[in-house]
Amino acid sequence: MTARSHNRLIGRIARHAILAMTAAFALVPFVWMISLSLKPPEEIFRADFHLWPTAFHGVENYRAALTAAPMFRFLLNGAMVCAAIFALQLLVCIPCAYALAKLRFRGRDTLFAAVLVGLLVPPQALAIPHFVLLYVFGLLNTYASLILPWIISAFGIFLMRQFFRSIPDDVIHAARLDRLSEFEIIWRIMMPMSAPALAAFGIFSVVAHWNDLFWPLIAIRSEELSTPALGILLFRDDEAGQFFGPLMAGAVVIVAPLLLAFLFAQRRFIDGLTITTMK
Amino acid sequence: MTIVVQHAAPASHVSLPRPRSSGEGQTAWLAVSPALLLLIVLLFGPAIAVIVFSLTDWQLGSATFHFIGAANFKALFADLAFWTALINTLIYVGVVVPGTVLLGLVTALLIEASPRLRGFYRAVHFLPVMSTMSAMAIVWGTMLHPTIGLVNRLLGTIGISGVNWLRDEHTALLALAAIGIWQSFGFAMVLFVSGLKAIPQQLYDAATVDGADGIFDRFRTVTWPMLGPVTMFIVILSASRAFEVFDSVRVLTQGGPNYASEVLLHRLYTESFDFLRTGYGAALTVIYLSIVVLLTLTQAKFLERRVHYT
Repeated sequence: MTARSHNRLIGRIARHAILAMTAAFALVPFVWMISLSLKPPEEIFRADFHLWPTAFHGVENYRAALTAAPMFRFLLNGAMVCAAIFALQLLVCIPCAYALAKLRFRGRDTLFAAVLVGLLVPPQALAIPHFVLLYVFGLLNTYASLILPWIISAFGIFLMRQFFRSIPDDVIHAARLDRLSEFEIIWRIMMPMSAPALAAFGIFSVVAHWNDLFWPLIAIRSEELSTPALGILLFRDDEAGQFFGPLMAGAVVIVAPLLLAFLFAQRRFIDGLTITTMK
Repeated sequence: MTIVVQHAAPASHVSLPRPRSSGEGQTAWLAVSPALLLLIVLLFGPAIAVIVFSLTDWQLGSATFHFIGAANFKALFADLAFWTALINTLIYVGVVVPGTVLLGLVTALLIEASPRLRGFYRAVHFLPVMSTMSAMAIVWGTMLHPTIGLVNRLLGTIGISGVNWLRDEHTALLALAAIGIWQSFGFAMVLFVSGLKAIPQQLYDAATVDGADGIFDRFRTVTWPMLGPVTMFIVILSASRAFEVFDSVRVLTQGGPNYASEVLLHRLYTESFDFLRTGYGAALTVIYLSIVVLLTLTQAKFLERRVHYT
């Protein structure tokens, strides 16, 4: 064995050793959560620790989590709210992005400047006026209160405009020669052509709103309207949530959908979330 | 980090004569009007409203209000809780940003060093980024439990008796910072990887010719200088994210014990929506907004410079 290949081997071992440690740091909470979700209470409090339960208590824990709190309702609420937000965002953003990218009209540059300024405003800073607005219209503690504040996305307009600009004008000219109206061009030609940008924006939007706790905590008071991030907190304050086993089972149910979706489409998720840093 | 566009640009830029329908402007206005209306109602209107609220004594539900100038800000600056929250937030950012950047850089370099298990490592390190923080904060809470928590169990095996991390004034904020690093370092890793991919291979070849072919030589002469702009960008990005810390604080400590883990956004939430002190909350929001806008502008500046380089 030459000194060089010897060094190689040591380098490779070191690489995997360090990555195993950082991977363990990333994974430990998930492993711990699953482990506890399968154990009876007395085993959780025992002095010695085993990863796999000696007495399997998973069925009871998951049943407690799913029956004491409407877990599936939380997931359904999360899915509905995220879907509604994203659909409305597209409806509002896409025509605007198309006009900014491809049409000439008075005030275009001013509007685009406004969109860029809009990118600067963190959503939490608008919580008080949004709350007041919804209060005035009697919409607090409704699905509408979870959806309405988010249907305008300066970021969505910005991202889609950048993408539309990259589509050659000839495509649009050809469509106009075929007597398509501008709105037909938007929905029938530009939309299908911008699938990658739409996917990126969709992932960004869904991940942000699925995981959001700040706004639902402000807008929602009743359990049946809660999103996953808020629901797990309500469950913790319930009686069943006082036990670690059911509480961890609840946490598994809440985090699983997004993590599974990510594992199925890793590249798309990572690209979608990194594109959003271009702001 | 930029969108790769799948269309080839037209070879020649002969712009065809556009059929200048008189309706183009009208169509455009029709297309932008919903977005414009909503920008005003949901974004710019509220942003101005926050500033107006911060100058009044108005409270949610009350019929009258008076302009009281800077009184809310005076009250804010005289409030020890605010300063504690500001300092804690800065400490939190000061711990989370270096931790995130360092861990992100090390993992990115090691993952890119060879193709073995690359996909697996990337997915594993990215899982925390994708997980719902409020649920994972509850999980961390059980891991940091003084007697049955994993952290103290592990410390116990090497003879160290751990404290009650989240209930101890000296450790609560640091425990939250560790959770913050756990959640964000995978994201930094992904950004570093895209920065590494952009470094041209020729530079490494040239470095080898010049005799810099050890791992550390290559890093010192090529990788690190080339990663400069990306690193700066990641620092600012993770700083703006760390400034927004809220979920873990709300779930685990509510800012306690004795304000030891109180942070800006949690103060903002508590004052505005628990105590309904709208004017005071708005003043706090204005301060928060200024900090975040400054950070974002700095970030945009760096992004612009990077675009010029590439």
